[in-house]
Amino acid sequence: MNYGAATNWTIVFFTFVFWLLAWFLNSWLVKQEEKNPNLRNFNTIAVPIIFGITLLVVWEGLVRGFNVPTVLLPPPSMIWERIINSTDILWLDFKQTFLKAVLIGYALGCGSGFLVAIAIDRSPFLQRGLLPLGNFVSALPIVGVAPIMVMWFGFDWPSKAAVVIIMTFFPMLVNTVSGLSASNNMERDLMRTYASSYWQTLFKLRLPAAGPFIFNALKINSTLALIGAIVAEFFGTPIYGMGFRISTEVGRMNVDMVWAEIAMAAVAGSLFYGVIALIERKVTFWHPSIRGGRN
Amino acid sequence: MRAIFQSKTFAILTILLTLLVIWYVMAVKLNTPWQLGVYERAGTSEWTTSQFINDTLNQKRPVLPSAHQVFSEMYVTIFQKPITSKRSLVYHSWITLSATLLGFAIGTLFGILIAIGITNNKALDRSLMPWVIASQTIPILAIAPMIIVVLNAIGLSGLLPKALISTYLSFFPIVVGMVKGFRSPKNIQLDLMQTYFASPMQIFFKLRWPSALPYLFTSMKVAIAIALVGAIVGELPTGAVAGLGARLLTGSYYGQTVQIWSALFMAAILAASLVMIVGLIEKRVTKNMGLTT
Amino acid sequence: MSLTFETNDGPVHALKDINLEINEGEFVSFIGPSGCGKTTFLRAIADLEKPTKGEIFVNGMTPSEARKNRAYGYVFQSSALLPWRTVEQNVALPLEITGISKSEKQQHIERTLSMVDLIGFEKKYPHQLSGGMQQRVSIARALAFDAKLLLMDEPFGALDEIVRDHLNRQLLELWAKAKMTICFVTHSIPEAVYLSTKIVVMSPRPGEIADIIDSSLPNERPLEIRESKEFLDIAHRVREGLRASHSYDEENA
Repeated sequence: MNYGAATNWTIVFFTFVFWLLAWFLNSWLVKQEEKNPNLRNFNTIAVPIIFGITLLVVWEGLVRGFNVPTVLLPPPSMIWERIINSTDILWLDFKQTFLKAVLIGYALGCGSGFLVAIAIDRSPFLQRGLLPLGNFVSALPIVGVAPIMVMWFGFDWPSKAAVVIIMTFFPMLVNTVSGLSASNNMERDLMRTYASSYWQTLFKLRLPAAGPFIFNALKINSTLALIGAIVAEFFGTPIYGMGFRISTEVGRMNVDMVWAEIAMAAVAGSLFYGVIALIERKVTFWHPSIRGGRN
Repeated sequence: MRAIFQSKTFAILTILLTLLVIWYVMAVKLNTPWQLGVYERAGTSEWTTSQFINDTLNQKRPVLPSAHQVFSEMYVTIFQKPITSKRSLVYHSWITLSATLLGFAIGTLFGILIAIGITNNKALDRSLMPWVIASQTIPILAIAPMIIVVLNAIGLSGLLPKALISTYLSFFPIVVGMVKGFRSPKNIQLDLMQTYFASPMQIFFKLRWPSALPYLFTSMKVAIAIALVGAIVGELPTGAVAGLGARLLTGSYYGQTVQIWSALFMAAILAASLVMIVGLIEKRVTKNMGLTT
Repeated sequence: MSLTFETNDGPVHALKDINLEINEGEFVSFIGPSGCGKTTFLRAIADLEKPTKGEIFVNGMTPSEARKNRAYGYVFQSSALLPWRTVEQNVALPLEITGISKSEKQQHIERTLSMVDLIGFEKKYPHQLSGGMQQRVSIARALAFDAKLLLMDEPFGALDEIVRDHLNRQLLELWAKAKMTICFVTHSIPEAVYLSTKIVVMSPRPGEIADIIDSSLPNERPLEIRESKEFLDIAHRVREGLRASHSYDEENA
């Protein structure tokens, strides 16, 4: 790409036309839905995809048409090329950040949040004290503890996993405690008429009833874990990892590599969230929000 | 008397006190190896326990700084340095805060406008909304360094790029929250407006906007917290010149643990204050509207 | 017995000086306006509330002993079915808690479901059933222990009249077949008169017994009996009892 080269108006023009056509297509599709309700399922997938493709095409067209310097904004085609040529590096980074820091941190953080919630279930005192603190901590910039974690656990992935654990612990704690109080009085009276023990009531009534809340936390935490691991790497890491790659390639102005990593992070994040959402569908199938109740 | 023991404040204070005690115990424990090394190098062969404890709690570069070290550092850098000096915590906090507030304001404004667009235009709703929701699963914060460097390359540096990161981050919770809020009036209330032959504009101002306010404040609390994180992360790539994020980074490069902790605490205080301020505004507004239970 | 609640507004005398004897095999209805303590009384029998003065005996045991021995079944105002369990899993819930063997469990479930006429719906989920069917599952569940005492708190209140008639008839058939004792709380005068062998009229503030009416209707009751003179006489007496206890006054509206 040359700096200051003349704008290629043909490309710009066709890009504009494409955008208009796609916009009209989407508007038309949406209007058709009113006449033919069967179109709804098709549209739910088709319309955002058409929008996404349009975005990519417009991006490519404008960048090439206006000869935007690639260090500023590379076109999608260039990013794709970079992805294909660097799968080994991408895989290495993925293993380091996602498979180690994210997944392990996520499992430990959510697991401990859940266990602590159950542990304090029988103590209203602890609940009164810990819940407000938990809410408070959730609002804080927890990624800031990354340098401290590096100091304690070293440069490698354990320090990043530690950041993820802290980030995911509190939402899980707060949501599980909320969920455990979700079963209403009538259902609890029912269990009392059966002379049901504490643990029986916990496993047969309160935990299933807490399901929607727990999954809410699991979904939020999936995003937090990925963000936490990547940003924690900005503070220092061995020579691989998604955060590392992003910050160093940015320094070298290899913006296409940065975008490649971001694309991978986006796909990983969406898949992670999607898997949890699918499991949620199966487990809390009974909840009105999953059944598609009237809202 | 019983009521005091049952109160929330008592529980919170007890737990905070316990945490403080644990903090001090851990500080002594974690700083011990270094302290032993110090004694060895100085040739000191005899020391009392209290002297040992005192020394572990006052090391220059401790593994875990004690609470009084952190707070005295904060006190010094807040109150005893001129505000414009590079050593003042107030100076750094303001740098981060200004980016946060600017980004938050723009992000909220944009978010509300887009939410209005989405709720009024079906095509926009079906095409854009799924991407807004999907983007919440993407680690957007990871793009921060790139945005900074790229914008610097075209001449935008300093406050604006960081503010743009904060804008981008706070935008999404606002859009999602406001779309929910604008759609929250029940069918029965919409029907009522129909019987009055109200225009869409009237329906918006008299029904949709008031119904959406609780959602606005909830999203604003999330948005402002995340805008702060964005501003902090935005300070990292430029070689950490100024701001709380910069303090964190330089502290970590030079092993200045106490500096790291004081910057972290300052960030925490900022975050808590911002969320609390939004909460206070919320209380005021909802009280005037009679929405409080 | 008496039961006083301490609330923020001062003591609430939910029940005062209740003296009542219920014999085996009776169908007793409790009727009165809201706040007369009928639900509280039922809950006290079930050991969900404790009397502040006096005693209750269920089959010679205190309510907590009765509860631990699972001597009764309780049916709530709404079905309180666990939405993540199928019909048969819901009916099995009390059996799981008492730890009955698998084969016995199956027998119990089949028997109780056939008693409420819901064979064939075992694998359905609560949200797939109508309100009336959900309540029938809830009744089947209450019968799971083979308890001889059934406590029912306005179980049909949320259902429409046609379904109610149907369920009333089914309940009577059930009562006759299983020879149970039933304590039934209701708002509806026709329902109370139709179902019971004894009607307890209660008055509010403080909750007291205003009248006890022994029904002269025969045990075999087709729905048409609701238009007979005997029926209307009894209903009239109930209404008089309610009026005398100021249940119809403005302040109780």
